[in-house]
This record gives sequence, structure tokens and C-alpha cells, in this order.
Amino acid sequence: MNDSLKNRELRKADDLIEEALYEVREKIYPRAVGGWFAGWRVALVLATQIVFYGMPWLSWNARQAVLFDIAARKFYVFGLVLWPQDFIYLALLLVISALSLFLFTAVAGRLWCGYACPQTVYTEVFMWIERKVEGDRPLRIKLDRGPLGLKKLVLKAVKHGLWIALSLWTGFTFVGYFTPIGELAREVATLGLGPWESFWILFYGLATYGNAGWMREQVCIYMCPYARFQSAMFDTDTLVITYDGARGEPRGGRSRSTDPKAAGLGDCVDCGICVQVCPTGIDIRKGLQYECIGCAACIDGCNQVMEKMNYAPGLIRYSTENALREGWNFGQMAKRAFRPRVLAYTAILAVIVAAAGVSLALRVPLKVDVIRDRPSLAREVGGGAIENVYRLQIMNTEEIPHRYRIEAAGIPTLAIAGSDSVEVPAATTLMAPVRLRIEADEARPGSHRIEFRVKALDASRIEARERSTFVVR
Amino acid sequence: MSDFTGSFWDYYVGIITLVSIVACAVLLKTMSSRRVPGGTSETTGHTWDEDLGEFNNPLPRWWIWLFYITIVFGVVYLLLYPGLGSYAGSAKWTSKGEYEAEVKQANAQYGPLYEKYAAQDLKQVAADPQARAIGQKLFLNHCAQCHASDGGGSKGFPNLTDGDWLYGGDPETIKASIMNGRNGVMPPLGPVLGEAGTQDAANYVLSLSGRKHDPARAARGKEKFATICAACHGADGKGNQTLGAPNLTDNIWEYGGSEADILETITKGRGVNALTPGASAMPAHKDSLGEAKVHILAAYVYSLSNSQPVASPAR
Repeated sequence: MNDSLKNRELRKADDLIEEALYEVREKIYPRAVGGWFAGWRVALVLATQIVFYGMPWLSWNARQAVLFDIAARKFYVFGLVLWPQDFIYLALLLVISALSLFLFTAVAGRLWCGYACPQTVYTEVFMWIERKVEGDRPLRIKLDRGPLGLKKLVLKAVKHGLWIALSLWTGFTFVGYFTPIGELAREVATLGLGPWESFWILFYGLATYGNAGWMREQVCIYMCPYARFQSAMFDTDTLVITYDGARGEPRGGRSRSTDPKAAGLGDCVDCGICVQVCPTGIDIRKGLQYECIGCAACIDGCNQVMEKMNYAPGLIRYSTENALREGWNFGQMAKRAFRPRVLAYTAILAVIVAAAGVSLALRVPLKVDVIRDRPSLAREVGGGAIENVYRLQIMNTEEIPHRYRIEAAGIPTLAIAGSDSVEVPAATTLMAPVRLRIEADEARPGSHRIEFRVKALDASRIEARERSTFVVR
Repeated sequence: MSDFTGSFWDYYVGIITLVSIVACAVLLKTMSSRRVPGGTSETTGHTWDEDLGEFNNPLPRWWIWLFYITIVFGVVYLLLYPGLGSYAGSAKWTSKGEYEAEVKQANAQYGPLYEKYAAQDLKQVAADPQARAIGQKLFLNHCAQCHASDGGGSKGFPNLTDGDWLYGGDPETIKASIMNGRNGVMPPLGPVLGEAGTQDAANYVLSLSGRKHDPARAARGKEKFATICAACHGADGKGNQTLGAPNLTDNIWEYGGSEADILETITKGRGVNALTPGASAMPAHKDSLGEAKVHILAAYVYSLSNSQPVASPAR
């Protein structure tokens, strides 16, 4: 009784206030920055996007070079035609991608995020448009804070117009990987797009516009799973973007003529450029944070300031936790790149890449599936001979027609009754009923292992073997 | 719903669903903020392992709107589609309706193709490679279970590739066989002939196609054959296509040509009767497949014994 009374009084005394667990996002206005790493990023943006936008327009043997024809379940990649049965290659590609990501992350942190991830790349492109239309950081902040006038309206309309145009072109290109892009262009021109094509162009376009225009760093911070588990690949020898606190602190403003040592200052002039250029709005001087996408904009920004101040560059630089603590030079740091974790990732990756390469090189463009007739296992024909019937599903995965000879072996006198060769058009599946016969009393009653061999008549390396059974009653 | 005789379970499911949706909305509202004593704190207040705290890094506000949107989506979905007890939804969607719509779409898509062939003569259709390809697919789906993938048949199911026909091999007759089915019946003659008489008749039948037989028995069997069997199989044993009575002189045997098989055929009869459990007849396909498909099938079956296409492209 006494206790509960006390509690009630305590609660009264504490001033309870409402605290939000969700808050309105604060818009980030990254400042433009030039430099060595910015140059690399621009180069990678160009390289990835020229490939993405350009690839569907390439031709190969009178068809689109890269085309994923989902309706016909055929996936053309230059000279290669992959069928659903080849999905193992997609799995291998994903495994290779994941392992490469692990390897790069272990060596140099979030390289993928900073330079090649579509989220970064499209954000970079969209920010470039934004900068061309609205100006750099201070102008953009001023424009957003200012009242809505004609100038603001025009600038915003131009920016969003350009963004939407680029987004639609991106959506169009994306769908162009699944529908021949020339046909798609004609359909767009004649307003004859199918419902699914329209949906995917708009959906992919909207995703581009929303993610690169509005969501930006929020995708990396709140939505991207890789951002959250990449720390599992990090260790104390991983290259990360680091502020050299020992050199920089105590930070403080000073004039160019001031001798920092005499003034008791570190090299950091506390100009805040590193924060202003950051696309995720963090302060790298607080140390490694999960928001950091490793874009190195702060390195470029800081180096410019260091140059102006006549200080050595690299107050913010790629370094490792160990190198920073021990004061290692580049050579010592690089040696640690050959540590067991990196070697293991490299070895596994090399094995899988080699396996995938060998498998692709040895891939036979012919697949055969044998389906036994089940209702009647065996039938007797004139003179006591026994026949079994099979359906051979013959898939010619090459883009030239082939004539195949079908053979069967396993029992003496086992032979094909009827025609033993079959013509399969280019990249086509064909169902061929095949009748096998043995003469009377050649085999005991029961099931016998046999093997079908299907060989192309015009190319000896194209041969498929498939096991089945022959039933004698 | 035949297991549930009352409407109790409909209400039970519906009410649980609605209460859950409301509870989710309330939970979201109350959990989007919290009351803390004395100003904001940096951590969420949870402590693990004595000293592990969790920073309060608020999520962006649009994030919680995603949750509200899912609730709105759920409510709209439940209004449109069946989900609340026995309420059918205002969109009137059923899986049967969806299936029927797909069939309708397929018919609209492939109808013209079938119509094109339906207007053609069967022999003309049989000569068309594309029609044969369609016919092969239909055959593998609807006929191969009994007649085998190659059309070669098996015991009790006629071979369609040998040019020998129970009911006639002209295209129109084949089409009639598929459309209306056939029910050829050989009556059990064991009781009529007696054991010795059956053996005699069997030996005579063997002799008709030049198989190994006992000449004395065959001679006795010839008389029996003339009085009893000839009614259907004809005096010369060449059969009668009107009745579907097989030709017994061509050494082609639907039920086997050994003496034992022939004895069984005569004794117990063939086709559906009391002594032949599991026997079957050729079913009619005019309702299940429709005439347009049967037309192409008949042409395909005709082509099996009138030309020899090994196979044609499946796709």
C-alpha cells in the first residue's frame, strides 16, 4: 500500500514527455566535389551506364545480342542460348557476385556501394542534373528555404521533368532486355504497348525516380540489407575511409599563416567540408559509421582544403584500423591484404569461377530427356519380339538446326524400330516417340538398364546420353 | 465448406480477422512514440547483458506510413476478394471464374487455328506439318495413355500405325471412332463351345493366319467357326468392320496371338463383360475435346499409317 503510493507520487514528479520513434527525414544537400576519387566515380558511372543503356541495342546473328525472352523461356547472351534447364549458371553468377562482394569488402570496405551500386550511380546522375539546374549546395538550400515563386517553380519543374525523362528512358531500357528493344520502340511510338510492358516501364521508371531523386541515402541506411551485414566481412585490416584523429586533433580554425604546432592545433581546420560533401550526411571524424557508403567524397573534399592550407594530403584517407593505430606505411598495410580471410575468399571465388568457365566451355548444346510410356510397360509384337515405347524430349539449344541419330544399347539385338534419326530446328524442343525392340527370348523377364545415345550427325562433339530401362515380360 | 454445417465458423474467422486488423492499427499508433520521464534520452531504455544499450535512431516518418498502407491494402483486399468468412467480395472473384476466363482466352487465341483446319478435308489436314504437330501434342495428351506414344497400342488397345482397322481406316471413320467412341464386344463363348470345342476353334483361328496349329483340331474347329464365329468374323474370317469384328487372317492380334491368348479370348470374350474385369472401351471424345480438336486428331491418326513423319516440332 505504502509502496504503490510512493510509486504514484514518483511518477507524478517525473515530467512525462512524448518522444517520437519516427521522425521527418532531414534533407541532405551534398556539396559538389572534384578530385581523384570523384573522377573514378564518374568513370564508373559512365562505364556501367553505357553498358546498361547500350547493351539492348547490340545485335548478334540477326537478333538482339542480350535478350531474356521469358515467354519463350530462352535467354540469349551473345552466342549463348540459355534455357530454363541452365538455371545453374544463374545460380553460379549470383554466387560469384556474392563472393566478389565479400572479397572486395574484406579488402577495401564498401567499394561496391561507393562506386558501382545502381543506387549510388543513379543518385550521382540525378544529383548532377540537380546541380546543373538548381546550382550547388548553398543555392539549393536557399531555393528550398525561399518562398514559392515563378523562378523556383520553373527550376523545380525543369529538374523533375529531366529526372522523369531519364527515369522513363531507364524503364524503357530495362524492359528492352525482355522485349526486343526495336519492337518496343515502335510500340512506344505507335502507343501500342502491351499492359505488362507499360507496367514495367512505369514501375522501373518510378523506382528510379523515387530512389535516386527522393529516397537517396535512405535506401542505403534503412532498406539495404548489405549495408547491415557488410560489417561481418570487415576486420581491423580492412581499408576504410578514416579520419586520422591523431594528426587532426585538436581541430580548430586558423589562418593560413598560423603555425598549428605553436597554436596547439592539429591539422583539421574544422571547415566542415567533409560533412557538407557527404551524401549520407555523416561526420566521418566521428569514426567508422554504418551510414558511410565509402564514396570517398570527404577524402577529395579534405584534400582540397589541405592543399590550400599547404598541409600534406590524407588527413582523411583510405586506411585500416591497424595501420592507423600502428602508424604503418602503405607497404606494411598492403602486406596485411594477404591475410587468411582474403586468401580464403579469393580461393573459393577462383574455384567457382573456374568451375563455371569450364562448365560453360564444355556445355553440350543438346539436352535429352527420356520419358517411358507407363500404361503399358512392354508389348509383344509379331514373332514374340518385345517392344517398349519412349518419348524422347530432344532440346536443340543451338541456333542452327541439327539432325540427330538416336541409338540405344544395353541388351543384345536392342534396336530402334522405325526411323532412328530426327531433325530438330534451331533452338527448338521436339518430342519424338521412339520404339525399341528386342527379338524373342533375348532377355530375362524384368527390367533391364539401357542407355539412349543421341548424336548430332554434323558435329561429333554434340552427344547426349540418357539412361532408362527396358522391360521384358 | 461442407464440413461446417453452420455459419459459426464464418463469423469466427471474419471477426478474428477484423479484430486483428484494428489491433494492428492501434499497436502502430501507440508504438510510434513513447513517454519518457524527464526530457529525451539517447537510448531506447532497453538494456541487455547489464550494460548493452540501444541508441534511439528514429526511422523516417514515411516508414511507419508503409505499415498503415499495408493495413489499408488489407482492408481493400478483403472488400474486393473473398477472405472474411463466407463474404464473397465485391469483385466476385472465384478460382473457377479465373480458370474459365483463361479457357475463354485460350479459345479466342487458338480458335481461328482450329477453325482453319476444321474447314479443311481430313486428308488435306493430314498433309499439313503444323496440323500434324498439333495432332501429335493432342495425341500424346489424350490418346497415348492407351495407344502408346507411338500409336502402336498395347494388349487390348489397337495399334493405329499398321494399316489394319477394326472399324475402317478412312479418315471419316477414324473421326467417327474418336467422336463417338467404340464398344466392340466379343461374347464369351466358353459355355457354348465347351472346353474341347474352344480348343478346336482356337486351332482353326491359328490356322487362318498360318500359325502353328493342330490340323485335326483345326478341321473340327472349322465347322464350329462356320456356325458360331462366322456371324461376326465372316465365313472367311476376314472380319466385319461394321461390327468392329477383327480380321483373323492377317496375324495382327489386339489381345495376343498365342494359343493361350486366343483360348482366353474365346472362353471369356473381350470388351466389357462380367468375365473381363478391368476391360475398357474406346470412350467418346466429342464432349471432352470438341469436334475441332477431334478433326485434327483424326487427321493425325490417319497420317500414322499413311505417311511416316517421325516427329514434328513441339514448339
